[in-house]
Amino acid sequence: MEQVFTNLTNGGPISVYVKDGKIVRVRPIQIPSEEFKPWIIEAEGKKYSPPPACRISPVVHTERNRLESRDRILHPMKRVDFDPKGERNPQNRGKSGYVRISWEEALDIVSSEIDRVTKTYGGSAITGLTSSHHNWGIVGYKAGPFHRFMHMLNFTPVYDNPDSWEGWHWGATHTYGFHWRLGMPPQFDLLEDGLKNAEMIVLWSNDPDTTHGTYSGQESSIWRTWLKEKGVKTVFIDPFYNYTNASMDGTWLPIRPGSDTALAMAIAHVWLTDGTYDKQYIAEKTVGFDEFKAYILGEVDDKFAKTPEWAEKETGIPARKIRSLAREWARKRTMVSCGARGGEGGACRTAYGTEWARMIVLLMAMQGLGKPGINIWGTTMGAPADSSIWFPAYAEPNGQMGRSQVAKEKLCNMNTTKQKLYRLTLPDAILNGKDQFIGQGFCGQSLEQQFIQNTYPLPGESKIKLFYRYGGSFMGTMTDTSKWVKMYQSPELEFVVMQDIWYGGEAAFPDILLPACTNLERNDLGEWAACGGYTTNAHIGNNYRIIVREQKCVEPQGESKSDYEIFSLIAEKLGLGEKYTEGNTEDDWAKLFYNSSDLAKTLSWEDFCKKGYHVISSPGPDSPEPYKATPGLRWFVEGRPDDTPDANNPRKGTDRAHELGTYTGKIEFASESLRKNAPDDTERPVVPHWIPSWEGYKQGNYDKYPLQGVFPHPRFSFHTHYDKHASWLNEIALHRVTKDGHAWWIARIHPDDAAKRGIKTGDIVELYNDRASVLCSAEVTYRVPVGVIHSYGCTARYEPIEPGNFKSTDKGGAVNMLTSGRMMSKNVPGMSPNSCNIELRKWEK
Amino acid sequence: MPRYGISIDVTRCTGCYACFLACKDEFVGNDYLPVAAAQPSEGPAWLRIEELTHGTGTKVKVDYTTVMCQHCQDAPCIKPEFGDAVYRRADGIVIIDPVKAKGNKKIAESCPYGAIQWNETAQLAQKCNMCAQMIDAGERTTRCVETCPTQAMVFGDMDDPKSAVSLAIAEKAGKYESLNPEFGAKPTVQYFGLPRPFIAGEVILADKQGECASGAKVTLNAKAGAKSAVTTTDFLGDFEFKNLAAGAEYTLLAECEGYKAKQIAVRVDASLNVGEIVLDPK
Repeated sequence: MEQVFTNLTNGGPISVYVKDGKIVRVRPIQIPSEEFKPWIIEAEGKKYSPPPACRISPVVHTERNRLESRDRILHPMKRVDFDPKGERNPQNRGKSGYVRISWEEALDIVSSEIDRVTKTYGGSAITGLTSSHHNWGIVGYKAGPFHRFMHMLNFTPVYDNPDSWEGWHWGATHTYGFHWRLGMPPQFDLLEDGLKNAEMIVLWSNDPDTTHGTYSGQESSIWRTWLKEKGVKTVFIDPFYNYTNASMDGTWLPIRPGSDTALAMAIAHVWLTDGTYDKQYIAEKTVGFDEFKAYILGEVDDKFAKTPEWAEKETGIPARKIRSLAREWARKRTMVSCGARGGEGGACRTAYGTEWARMIVLLMAMQGLGKPGINIWGTTMGAPADSSIWFPAYAEPNGQMGRSQVAKEKLCNMNTTKQKLYRLTLPDAILNGKDQFIGQGFCGQSLEQQFIQNTYPLPGESKIKLFYRYGGSFMGTMTDTSKWVKMYQSPELEFVVMQDIWYGGEAAFPDILLPACTNLERNDLGEWAACGGYTTNAHIGNNYRIIVREQKCVEPQGESKSDYEIFSLIAEKLGLGEKYTEGNTEDDWAKLFYNSSDLAKTLSWEDFCKKGYHVISSPGPDSPEPYKATPGLRWFVEGRPDDTPDANNPRKGTDRAHELGTYTGKIEFASESLRKNAPDDTERPVVPHWIPSWEGYKQGNYDKYPLQGVFPHPRFSFHTHYDKHASWLNEIALHRVTKDGHAWWIARIHPDDAAKRGIKTGDIVELYNDRASVLCSAEVTYRVPVGVIHSYGCTARYEPIEPGNFKSTDKGGAVNMLTSGRMMSKNVPGMSPNSCNIELRKWEK
Repeated sequence: MPRYGISIDVTRCTGCYACFLACKDEFVGNDYLPVAAAQPSEGPAWLRIEELTHGTGTKVKVDYTTVMCQHCQDAPCIKPEFGDAVYRRADGIVIIDPVKAKGNKKIAESCPYGAIQWNETAQLAQKCNMCAQMIDAGERTTRCVETCPTQAMVFGDMDDPKSAVSLAIAEKAGKYESLNPEFGAKPTVQYFGLPRPFIAGEVILADKQGECASGAKVTLNAKAGAKSAVTTTDFLGDFEFKNLAAGAEYTLLAECEGYKAKQIAVRVDASLNVGEIVLDPK
């Protein structure tokens, strides 16, 4: 007897076919085509319309392979030499093996440790943090049960850094505002604008076919096919001939990592000297242009002109190409495309990456940012959509069980601990016993929030003694990550518990391991791609809004349990069961969330559960209220109040609604928020500056390590998820390569660099510097220029040859261990994994 | 009776491997007797993607050719010696009977496309069955086609001029072709834009090196008398000629008004970046 269930993943909605309690197939959600009402965009006499179906992320096809992975944590486990009543042996974390224990014993140990630490040191001695996006749903998502539980304990929260878009968050915000979007440019209706008006797209540090607009699966792939077949010229500026470059057959301008700001300045120089910029726009919509102009022309500060000839030396791109690109750009209506959501991109994760993101905004301002065909557009968002129906999403308070209107007690708002930690420096804080950091992680409240100074520990609060880790592996995603190994082995951490679904890179370290289940093994609900919060209406990366009842398809593997159930059980042991659950089962919460949504007004909970999904199409031309496009920033150009569905714009509804979020309300070539808050900062000056990287081409340790590593977001994984756990992926050429029974991560190297080192494709090579040593399989290819090593920065594996030794060579492909933990600049607490010098040699066992 | 087939537009393929993974999901561990027995979890897969990186220097391309059973009309795997272990259905789908084919490795070796795999554990030759189990259940798609994000793969009745696949093929007016026609197998699967060598380069004006030589005329003459091709350099001074025959010899002529023309001889064994062609002023 076959049953079909609906569910939702971070790469799209699925139909799950189950036979005899086992998943047999996973398909893109099966919805009759007549339930979709495809929008139509007309451009140059042609009609563009999406297929009546959902296009999910490739890796989602491995859901059953991943669910039944050999890597699943099936039972509660205890580190063999951890005795909570005797020797704890923290120094052996990462070395000791594990022994299976009962849930009862595991819950006893975890709850009594929480109890002991709270009574001895206070709740502030507890910290914990989550991975990003291994599951999907509202009830079971990390921001739900985990945060509700931890805040109930009065834990010390850890701020996340904006890891994928650092430069935009800390830089672009001071140029065009949008702090409420964490620096990301609005993408509303840019698909229509792009199809109708763009003559050229410069994809700068962007590989949309790989990053899929974050959660939108492959919905936008067909848009780029349309653009290509329409003949829109594409230019790719990237140290890697990336996959979208290949599929769009665009022109490749390989750039030296970390030199993107120099290229941007040279383009500005050409426009300034040619006079090919939008002078009226500059006069009416911007401030500080003269200061900027003087800097670019070399009249002030460092006193040299930022000419294409100068930029050639920095970027490796011939001056003639820079000049001609600049001229074509000025001649044609050009979109610039800088990452999954318009912003992002590896260039914003380099030393002084703020300056590049700021320069992108300023370049576009020089050409009339917001005018038809002239915008910052990732090519992955901007479909027509009905955004009038609110449905909860994970990143907004009303989508989180600890903050939502549906909770009686908003436990997340009742935490009495004031101190905070920062993800990038958490290991330093534990190891040094103190920390100072600036900003509050995601600074979506104001521009000033970026300048708040933090001290750990706060007087009257405790140092961290208990670490609760939930999912994922930062070995593959953060910077200088061998320090996480050191942190785990610190005696300061009296107890470490990890709750995860799979054995990821950090699962070798905790004292107790708790097995959690996937969202295919529990009930939940959610909307495809919708995260809410700082990315309002992320559903515009999809061709339709799809709201899904996540139905439990099979029983949890082994003894694994849902995160909510695990936290409920621990809470019960602590005598906080009723407080935590408010008497709600997981499904009670699901129903509460559903009934709080706009959808519940027209579709009952029962009917929604029965059907399993709901499609919201964009209103067509014959509907009572036909769709009206409101392209991002067009309102600004035309001097009207913001008419986009950008709900968090604090100036909406005020007399400044036609202004940007900067101090002046205009685009600031000289930033007034920086002039006020950090006037003497020479590393993120008032006017963007070219500052050579502290590590890079001919900089830092270059003499010893003359290759530059670039470690972008991965193609066949979502962060660290899917890789490793889904063995089918190992059969994809160039995801991993299997040799001698081991699936090796890939490092790409130019033929000249390979020849110099006697390396050929398939050789196992060691990437190394003073910080770490990582083994990969070499791929010798012209897809990288001389001097560059490309390897994806998101392995799920961390496999030290000598377990527990932070200096050990890793054979899992955790290339982020090679990166510097130095912050982007003095006042910018961002990570810079793409400023990383290494050397490479053939690995001899 | 329909004749089912698949068209593949290589120029639309993004190399996302969704088809590859969907195929694995459909068949790994799942028996669909009598049209297929389960595929082993860890290879060999029944659909492969041939990823070709060609060109040199900064002028490279990557193309993907998806290869599975071609469901040939003169299928080399249908041989008298295999009896009725391999057969072609009335709807055009070629099936290896999982029971009757058991133990016969020669079936796996019979396909010139390498589309039949040998399942060592099951002692069975196996391949793509165009998702016959879905078609027999009334569906009109295959797992690979269903999930293709750019509609590069299209399924349908090759004999119905109104079917999606026929329309896709007709749109390219005679440019769809068979993979390796020299095998003489008359495949039902049809391809557009199969990767072929290209020549690329850049024209530079010796006295104007600060900007690119856009609009220069470049002519490619085949030595063997085929029609010559003409293009002009783009705004970055770049030119390219695509879809060339491998192993051919050409001369390449670069011209720009006010400059001495330059001619070079090239032999195209594989895609070629001729680099910079510098023209001196007259």
